[in-house]
Amino acid sequence: MNADLIVFSGLALVAIVAALGMIFSRNAVYSAIFLILNFVTVAIFYLILDASFIALTQVTIYAGAIMVLFLFVIMLLGAEQVGRTPGNLWMRPTAILLGLVLLGEMVYLIFLQRDLAPMMPPVAARFGSPAQVGEELFSHYLLPFEVTSILLLSAMIGAIVLTKRKSR
Amino acid sequence: MLPVSYYIGLSAVLFTIGALGVLIRRNAIIIFMSVELMLNAANLAFVSFARLYNALDGQIFVFFVMAVAAAEVAVGLALIVAIFETKKSIDIDQMNHLKG
Repeated sequence: MNADLIVFSGLALVAIVAALGMIFSRNAVYSAIFLILNFVTVAIFYLILDASFIALTQVTIYAGAIMVLFLFVIMLLGAEQVGRTPGNLWMRPTAILLGLVLLGEMVYLIFLQRDLAPMMPPVAARFGSPAQVGEELFSHYLLPFEVTSILLLSAMIGAIVLTKRKSR
Repeated sequence: MLPVSYYIGLSAVLFTIGALGVLIRRNAIIIFMSVELMLNAANLAFVSFARLYNALDGQIFVFFVMAVAAAEVAVGLALIVAIFETKKSIDIDQMNHLKG
């Protein structure tokens, strides 16, 4: 029981409990805050995995921009009041059963092939730093980078067009 | 440093929780947040494999997944707001106009 395992277990517990809290909470604002906690925990995992640029990008974009957008929309729509109505009673147990089957299959595949996934080798101190990510991004991945700018532009136009009030 | 299967196992658990959220909840915004959780679980798998093989490509892919997720959230939330203008509800059980 070394320090690595203790840190991993603690953080994994926080991430899983936050995710469960997100899907089972009745109040949408609480769900959003649980998800923010989950994102920050995953960012700490990225730091452990030597992905420092991606960790801070996660906090900035996911927890800082996307979740703020979610909270704006939740507060705009008053979204907490979706109550519990009967609907189809077989849907919920079937979903939980299928989820458990999926989880069982994934855990089986991961842990019964343990010999195919060796321990992680040490990497250079520069790995995952912004300088190295920038070198890779602007040399090998330049085309996806430029296409992403077009994607963001189209998303912006789409969001504006969808929420435009129809003038009489 | 732990073996990579621990991180992939955690990614699998988070993905399953996200999938359960999409299937169980009826609030459109919570469903959307569960989709973001699934994307995050996939990102965690990418980053751990990038570390395992000492290749930065996994992290570059995560960068693009985050950009696409941000664009998707912007458009998706605009859609939800637009639907709310007409139907005054975000309960997906009430969005059944296409029912034959």
